[in-house]
Amino acid sequence: MIDTVDNAKGTPDQDQPYRELGLKDDEYARIREILGRRPTDAELAMYSVMWSEHCSYKSSKVHWKHWSANTTPEMKAKMLAGIGENAGVVDIGDGWAVTFKLESHNHPSYVEPYQGAATGVGGIVRDIMAMGARPLAVMDPLRFGAPDHPDTRRVLSGIVSGVGGYGNCLGLPNIGGEVVFDPSYQGNPLVNALCVGAMRAEDLHLAHASGTGNKVILFGARTGLDGIGGVSVLASETFSGDEGGTGRKKLPAVQVGDPFTEKVLIECCLELFAEGIVVGIQDLGGAGLSCATSELASAGDGGMHVELDRVPLRATGMTPAEILSSESQERMCAVVRPSDVDAFMRVCAKWDVIATEIGEVTEGDRLVITWHGETVVDVPPRTVAHEGPMYERPIERPADQDSLQAAGPESLARPSTPDDLRAEILRMAASPNLASRQWVTEQYDRYVRGGTVLAQPSDSGMIRVDEETGRGVALATDCNGRFVRLDPYVGTQLALAEAYRNVAVTGATPLAVTNCLNFGSPEDPAVMWQFEQAVRGLAEGCKELGIPVTGGNVSFYNQTGSTAILPTPVVGVLGVIDDVRRRIPTGIGAEAGETLLLLGETRDEFGGSEWAHEVHGHLGGLPPRVDLAREKLLGEILVAGSRDGMISAAHDLSDGGLAQTLVETCLIGEVGARVFLDPDQDPFVQLFSESAGRVLVAVPRSEELRFTEMCTARGLPWRRTGVVDPESGTLEIQGVGELPLPELREAWEGTLPALFG
Amino acid sequence: MRIGAVTFPGTLDDSDTLRAIKASGADAVALWHGDADLKQVDAVVLPGGFSYGDYLRAGAIARFAPVMGEIVDAARKGMPVLGICNGFQVLCEAGLLPGALLRNAGLHFVCRDQWLKVENNTSAWTTRYDTGAEIIVPIKNMDGRYTADKSTVDELEGEGRVVFRYTGGNPNGSLGDIAGVSDATGRIVGLMPHPEHAIDALTGPSDDGLGMFLSVLDSVVAA
Repeated sequence: MIDTVDNAKGTPDQDQPYRELGLKDDEYARIREILGRRPTDAELAMYSVMWSEHCSYKSSKVHWKHWSANTTPEMKAKMLAGIGENAGVVDIGDGWAVTFKLESHNHPSYVEPYQGAATGVGGIVRDIMAMGARPLAVMDPLRFGAPDHPDTRRVLSGIVSGVGGYGNCLGLPNIGGEVVFDPSYQGNPLVNALCVGAMRAEDLHLAHASGTGNKVILFGARTGLDGIGGVSVLASETFSGDEGGTGRKKLPAVQVGDPFTEKVLIECCLELFAEGIVVGIQDLGGAGLSCATSELASAGDGGMHVELDRVPLRATGMTPAEILSSESQERMCAVVRPSDVDAFMRVCAKWDVIATEIGEVTEGDRLVITWHGETVVDVPPRTVAHEGPMYERPIERPADQDSLQAAGPESLARPSTPDDLRAEILRMAASPNLASRQWVTEQYDRYVRGGTVLAQPSDSGMIRVDEETGRGVALATDCNGRFVRLDPYVGTQLALAEAYRNVAVTGATPLAVTNCLNFGSPEDPAVMWQFEQAVRGLAEGCKELGIPVTGGNVSFYNQTGSTAILPTPVVGVLGVIDDVRRRIPTGIGAEAGETLLLLGETRDEFGGSEWAHEVHGHLGGLPPRVDLAREKLLGEILVAGSRDGMISAAHDLSDGGLAQTLVETCLIGEVGARVFLDPDQDPFVQLFSESAGRVLVAVPRSEELRFTEMCTARGLPWRRTGVVDPESGTLEIQGVGELPLPELREAWEGTLPALFG
Repeated sequence: MRIGAVTFPGTLDDSDTLRAIKASGADAVALWHGDADLKQVDAVVLPGGFSYGDYLRAGAIARFAPVMGEIVDAARKGMPVLGICNGFQVLCEAGLLPGALLRNAGLHFVCRDQWLKVENNTSAWTTRYDTGAEIIVPIKNMDGRYTADKSTVDELEGEGRVVFRYTGGNPNGSLGDIAGVSDATGRIVGLMPHPEHAIDALTGPSDDGLGMFLSVLDSVVAA
């Protein structure tokens, strides 16, 4: 029997499985208080998914005050939509608006790597469409366990195939991302997915259900039993008697994606936007229809009535609770004026997209959902979507933080002879975290749509937005979880600094920030301390750089048993470039006779470094110092240098230090170089330190004086550190030795195929 | 001069193909899978993608689209047709080109800049190249391993109908390093690599792919 509102009123004392659905006693009591009665099964399903950590941000919301407290009016001025919308939107000039967002799909990707990763891509792409934008590109920051652990192969192969299998079929270029290995991610890989889209600023669509009488249309795939997860406890209770105990086939809690349906849905949505017949639009992701209907109604100016029995299904006998919680993929929900419904349906029919009018916007402020005429949900939508519980979780600096910071890398044995240094360069180049990502990125289409100007292995991905003017955007994501573990405030600012620098080295001006905050359990005070420090670090760092956080995502409970992952606040920075033709490439050798200049200062900083991790398995001490004013200056000089044609190549220094940057810049450019180290500083420190705020640039000899004078005048330290040598085919480092490019290439490119090929 | 590019549901490189056609100087005409109407085009390109999701077999469903009937008729009368990637698969499924494309030898999707050797510059789509020229064009697919029975391959090789061959490494294990073939008339060509992604050095590895779109203009004028 279907549990209706009338039934709920008549059976106030009926036991409900709210604990199995993840609700706490006081949360259940609050739902009863809001409704003035017990919730129906369908209402309980809605509240339980919408009040989950994933949907309600109940543990993190209290810290969002740091975003608003650190956003100045100048920073706000470029934002057309910010936190709270499906994705942040920024004005990039010439009437173009760009929307971008990062989201996590960590837990499903461990259970079912291929589908978990695939549907992660699908979900973020729909978020971008829900803003009215054409999706332009995707990126995937990924984190895996130890490279030689037997399960890593299963997880990595599945996730990479899933990202590629779905993204490649959608026709969106994959322009970058990260692949990082650390044992802390063994039982909890991180799959973060980023999508960027563009639209004319006037075409921005927000998820609002406004206008009484407007129709609510569900379109895209049918709704099935996949991705229902915890709500199945309701189904089993309801159905155990009805079906003679055989029960229904339970589908996996991880959703299954169909990229072809999504591709068609993208084209269909874009045609609908172009026709101007969409009042409000929302994607169906986590929490499915529960989320879409309550969010649309909550953000609108009226109520909503939905006839749930009209939803097209692909399984028989689904209950209202199941339909509301199903996370079947490739579905969208639109609000449309009655006069436009026919036109809407025509566009959907052209693309063979199933579209069904399931309800309408009503007067009043209730979300009412009926099932064959009987009311199964009658709630104030804000209480479902926006007024969920909020917790001020206990915060406590981890007990081992002091001892961790005290155990610095100073005592680790360092190579000192030329032969040892040379061997260390090769070893580091071949290490799993520094080796070429080609084996992964070759499985992604980076060319489709013809707008990709830079993609992996460049520091940023770059996409042309306007074919006439060449205006485009650059995007980078970064995070070194070891730095964050050592000092979450500084470590998060280092992630921001690196992503900012990676955008600037392409010649683009950093403009806005998104994030995906991956942490352990919020119920662990030590994790909440890391989280609070990270949010504050990011918010205050963004203020110093003058670029706003436009949105983000929080993923908690990333842990195995009681051991949390390295705190991993992945930071994404978006930059704008007025003409992509002046982008700065990563590889040297584009012009004859280039000088290599090292910008910034190198200090003895090895806490959390790749060298300490790879060679000594050591994590301790303090992360490198962060100087955001310096990063900003560096960015301005790179952009000015690009504008005036003074820079022919540039590559950021980060994991692995100068040695790794030299290896990559030679191999990508396919030319050799002669490098002169500073005689006054330890060669090991110069080659492997991970001091922030540094970039290696190649400048044409004719521009060298002009460029270095600009650096000097503006107070940016620089050092002439080498010359490009197109004839030699060798990276020669004075005082260390010669590294022929074929030998370097074998080291750099051999590792991932040997591990996973 | 009008050159069409067909959009099936799931076609991905249609806008790129239209851009490449424009770059060659021709009028680019968008053709829709559901319309049995070629809009008076002089030549047709079937772009890459995953038509109808390719869930059955790459290209297997697209061959039944209404527009394909028109294309098969026009092709039999001599209209130049180029199938790129999924378009090549569709042409094989439609019987306009011999052979079939199997899953890549490495069982992975492969996206890389690929060197090709132009083996025959007399086809409608290759007259702007020198025979033996080496060009670099992106390749990106899951099912790119060309295969055919021995007599077919012997015939293709004997008649100079292997138009493009992989060089500097075979990305997918295709028979005889075959990257692209033509029909007996040389007017229908299919290849796995993507010339439409190599029309300028800003967004591709080179502009080597433009030659195919320029070649067909010559062949249409000549005909």
